[in-house]
Amino acid sequence: MSTHVEEIHSHGPGIPTFAKVWVALLVLTGIEVFLAYMQTPMMIMLTVLLGLSVIKAALIIAYFMHLKFERLSLFLTLFPMLIFCIVLMLIFLGDAYRIPMMRPPV
Amino acid sequence: MSTHVTTAAAGSLWEGGRSPYLTNSKKFGMWLFIISDALTFSAMLFVYTYSRVSNPNWPTPFHFSPSIVFSSVMTFALLTSSLTMVMAVHAMNRGNRAAAARWLIATMAAGATFVGLHLTEWMNLIHHEHITALGNEWGVPLFGGTFFAITGLHMTHVVIGLIYLGIVCQAVMRGKFKAEDVEVAGLYWHFVDLVWMFVFPLVYLMSAKI
Repeated sequence: MSTHVEEIHSHGPGIPTFAKVWVALLVLTGIEVFLAYMQTPMMIMLTVLLGLSVIKAALIIAYFMHLKFERLSLFLTLFPMLIFCIVLMLIFLGDAYRIPMMRPPV
Repeated sequence: MSTHVTTAAAGSLWEGGRSPYLTNSKKFGMWLFIISDALTFSAMLFVYTYSRVSNPNWPTPFHFSPSIVFSSVMTFALLTSSLTMVMAVHAMNRGNRAAAARWLIATMAAGATFVGLHLTEWMNLIHHEHITALGNEWGVPLFGGTFFAITGLHMTHVVIGLIYLGIVCQAVMRGKFKAEDVEVAGLYWHFVDLVWMFVFPLVYLMSAKI
């Protein structure tokens, strides 16, 4: 049984990989803060920030949370459902946009 | 044992008798919790976004100094705590319990730094920007309501994580718990870090006032 456990962990990344991921996460965070400091236009900023956040999340999930080194079946059980539910939440975006136009003038 | 494994390996993973994910049940349970918790935070971030879209005069109270500087340092503390957590799991996998306990303590120190800075930042907003959960000078009370709900729930997760890691750490030092238990605690801690990777840009950076 112990052989089995060691076999699983030997496929994992080493300390240099973790350090590289940490540096990458810090650099991406630095870019985000720089964009805010430069007062980038709202929609460009939102798009870039969300893109960078998804990349950061993917790095954390893949390497720190070890999902890259688990079976594909675990990923397929957990994530498509999560992404589908999150996308479903976008349904109300149109309503949110319409609310300011529906308010009676003061 | 070897006969069993050979037989099972030859058949389908889904025929029963072994985990189809080749992972232990604690880890799979934590993953299921993380997915459900991710949906909770997603829903809250959508509430924040929709409130913002429907209120054209949404407050931008986060001055570069101190708010953005503070929240950037908080992000650094959380990212670093994730690295130390990974090192704790790595040390535990190699059977080095003393090193694992030291890395866990380092993780808790970074987490406590995050909570301390976050509370300071909250006090700054309440006392200097006059933002509470019920109202503010911009006349958009939804800002305070959603802001304190999201960051408060996240901070609660960090505090629960500190208690969780404290329990794991003292067990590791006393020779109890296995490497997989530390790894499961690590999954929770990384998730807390992951949530902040969305809260920080969407809530802080998008409302920065330079």
